[in-house]
Parts: sequence; C-alpha cells; structure tokens
Amino acid sequence: MKILTCPLNGPRNINEFTYGGEVKNMPDPNECSDEEWADYVFFHDNLVAVVKEWWLHSPSGYWFIAERHTASDEIIRTYDPREIFNERIEFSQVGV
Amino acid sequence: MPFALLKYGLKDDFPFEKDPDLPLPTDLKRHYDVVIIGAGGHGLATAYYLAKYHGITNVAILEMGYLAGGNMARNTAVIRSNYLTSEGVSFYSESVNMYKGLANEFDFNIMYSRRGQLTLAQSEAAVRGFRQRSEVNKHFDGDTDLIGPDDIRQLVPTLNMNAGGLPVLAGLWHRDGATARHDAIAWGYAKGATQRGVEIHQQTEVTDVIVENGRATGVKTNRGQVNAGVIIQAVAGRSSLLAAKAGFRMPITSYPLQAMVTQPVKPFLDPLVSSPALHCYVQQTGRGEIVLGGGSDPYPLYSTRSTLPMKEEVLTNAVKLFPFMANLRLLRQWGGIADMTSDYSPIMGISPVENYYLDAGWGTWGFKATPIAGKTMAELVASGGIVPDLIKPFSMERFNRFVQVNEMGATAASH
Repeated sequence: MKILTCPLNGPRNINEFTYGGEVKNMPDPNECSDEEWADYVFFHDNLVAVVKEWWLHSPSGYWFIAERHTASDEIIRTYDPREIFNERIEFSQVGV
Repeated sequence: MPFALLKYGLKDDFPFEKDPDLPLPTDLKRHYDVVIIGAGGHGLATAYYLAKYHGITNVAILEMGYLAGGNMARNTAVIRSNYLTSEGVSFYSESVNMYKGLANEFDFNIMYSRRGQLTLAQSEAAVRGFRQRSEVNKHFDGDTDLIGPDDIRQLVPTLNMNAGGLPVLAGLWHRDGATARHDAIAWGYAKGATQRGVEIHQQTEVTDVIVENGRATGVKTNRGQVNAGVIIQAVAGRSSLLAAKAGFRMPITSYPLQAMVTQPVKPFLDPLVSSPALHCYVQQTGRGEIVLGGGSDPYPLYSTRSTLPMKEEVLTNAVKLFPFMANLRLLRQWGGIADMTSDYSPIMGISPVENYYLDAGWGTWGFKATPIAGKTMAELVASGGIVPDLIKPFSMERFNRFVQVNEMGATAASH
C-alpha cells in the first residue's frame, strides 16, 4: 500500500486520492487568446523531475498540493494550497 | 549431433553469424538525410517504407536502448480498427489491412492470427455506443456487427454472462480483430530496412536536438554529433522528454500501463475479449498463455514498476469474466509508459520546429497502428513535409483549435 500524507487527514492509502494535474499559472480567462487557453488546458511539461501537482482527497473533498518525483514516485511534501494561492479567482464574468 | 555441437563450441565462427538478420554495428556518419529517433515499431516501419517505397536509404535510426525494447516489447499485441470517429476508423482500418499482408511482404513469419475481437456491452449506454461504432465501421468497409447474448455464448462458452453482476447485453463483434508476434514485426521491419541500406544504431542516446533559427539541423548523441536533413521522433513513452530537448511542450501526460500473462493452458479462448465496464481485456496467445490487461495507472509516472493494487483490480475483474481462471498462476508481469493525449488519439505530422516531425501520443493504441504510422510518416518525409490526408486530423495543432478526435470510449479498457 502506498501512503500519501494529506495535509488535512494525515497519512492515507493513495487509493483514496485523485490526481488533479500539474500546478500551472492560469492565464486570465477574460483577457487571454484561445491559443493561450488551449496551452493552459492541454499542454504539459510532463518531465522527469520533482513536480508540483494538485491532488484531491476524495472522501473529504479536500484539494491540496503535493511535490512528487515523477520517476521515483517519492512524495517530497504535501501542503495546503493557501501556501501558494492567497486570493480567490472569480469565474462568474467569464464568457459573458 | 553432439560432435558437431562440440566442433562449433571450440571454433570462433558460429554458423548463425554468417548470415545475420541484422548487419553488425558501424560507426556513426556525420550526416544522414533522415534521422529517426527510436528503434521501436514505428521508427523501424518508417525507415522500412522510406527505403522501400521512396528510395530514401541514407537513414539512421538512433536507439538509446536496444532494438524494439521499449513499448514495442511491452504492448499486448492487439490489432483492431473498431473505433468511433471517421478519422480514427479510416486510419486504423488501413493498418489492420496492412497487417494481413505483412508476413508475405517481409517473407518473415509475424505469427499473424485473425481471431476477432469481442467487446462486451454491460449497460444500455454501451449498447447504444456499440451500435454507433458498428455502423461507422461498416461505412468504412469494416467487418463489425452488434451481436446478442446467444451469439456471444457460442463464441465464448466459458464467459460468465453475468460478470460482476453486470449482465452481458450485447457485444461489438469485430471480425478483423487479430494478434501477431510483436518482436517478429520489429525484426521484419528492421531486416527489410537494413537490407536496403538503413543503419540502426543501438545504445545511441540523443542528448540534445540542435535547432537553429527554428529549424532542426541535427542531434547530439553519446557517440557524437550527427547532422540531419530531417528528424523524426518516434519515442513512445518519452515523447515529452525528447520534445523538451527540441524546445517545445506537448499535450501529453505519461502514465504506466501494466499487463501480465498466466501459465499456459489448453486452447479455450479464440476471440480477444474486452469488458470496458470491468476495465479488463483477456486473450489467449498461440502458446496458451492468457494475456491480461486493464486501464492505465491512476496517476502519471515514468517508472515501469508493477503495483499490487493494479494486479488485484485487473485480476479480480478477469476472474469475474472467466471464473475458472481463479485457479491459474501468473507467469510474468510488466509495465510500459503510455503517452496519453486527452482525446486518446495520436499526435502525428509537423511540429513547431521546422524539419522535425512527430510520431507521438501513442498512449495505449500504438502497436495496432505500426504499419500505417510508418507508411504515412514515410510519405510525410518523402513529400518534403506535405502531411498525408490520413494523418491530417492528428496534428498537434488540433489542440490549439479545440478540434479533437475523441476516441476515449473506443480504447480497449476505458482509462
């Protein structure tokens, strides 16, 4: 059993978690071009390195960030997203 | 014969070396018209068709490991074309047709075996989806029908018709479904290509791609620099890593895909059987072993290690389909790295770098496309960069235009 340490729930079986993709800088959906948005949605670094990733603890619905090596599968650190994101992104105006 | 054996044991020249299938390694030249990175099925096929159909023989295939030792050795050797979209079906049907004649073309036995592939519908939604797929297939001259439970019982008497509490309602019966010996295909292409002058350089790792003013001019390797007229990357499982050396990103995420085989048993299963509802596919090889595969791992990784949870998941479902298999032992298990695209279709054709062509994004559908990928990539090179119609829909640039070719539902086990 592989263990992932959730910042909220502590060490849990990795089966309880869902991978949510690389942490990337989102372009402003109101300002950016279609190409910039496509780049953000579809294109990934996908490198062999320690990467920052979104993970969801499915039973508690809690999203957090993990730093993990994509070849050794070693999980270096997990933390609450507030360490990186400190303001809410407003989507209500997108596409209006 | 023991004396003959002893005689060869004491001599330097072994009989099999007088007529080797592949020439011995040579030095790297300074320049090739075409450099293909990756001596897997697709790279070898591209070189073969370049040499055979287009007379382009100043070609080097550079391989960091050994011949066909990557995903060409790690797939489950399924050949089929029962996809969903017009683009997908016309592309893969061409490949299925080429496979039929490959042994004759090579004069080399690829152990092609037309078994038919049966995909099980265990929900009303699946029946509707399969009806659409069978009609699309027929439109492109494919031999695919929607069949009922009685026909399924006849085809596969050992199948549990209520597997996992999900009754088998119908089946997508794809008579062109087949299997073949993956190593033989690689060797057939390698032999045919080298006989026509193509060089295969194993243990030759590309460490950098040289790009000048947006144009690829050569590669740096662990054996020195090589200049190239055209470069093709055909490195399934490492596509993003190589593209990064050429200076661009790809719409790919790489996941491990695990598979396994059981001990051999008497022939009991002729068709290839797949259950999307149970994320599991089962087939019996000519040797009697049962090949078992499922979905890819739940998160990205560049490691071919095997995991117990994935074994448990695939085997639990395989035993639901064929309960007698619970008594069998596993013989081997392995993993490969699958370069998944978000629409489950490949990425072929030109790249943001001039003279640098892509054969990538082969996820879990690369083996079956080997002949047609080689043929179309060879056409792309020979025409000086005019993308053949068959692979136009698979350009990387489709993602920028949001024109994807969605084949997610038509992969063997929905991932």
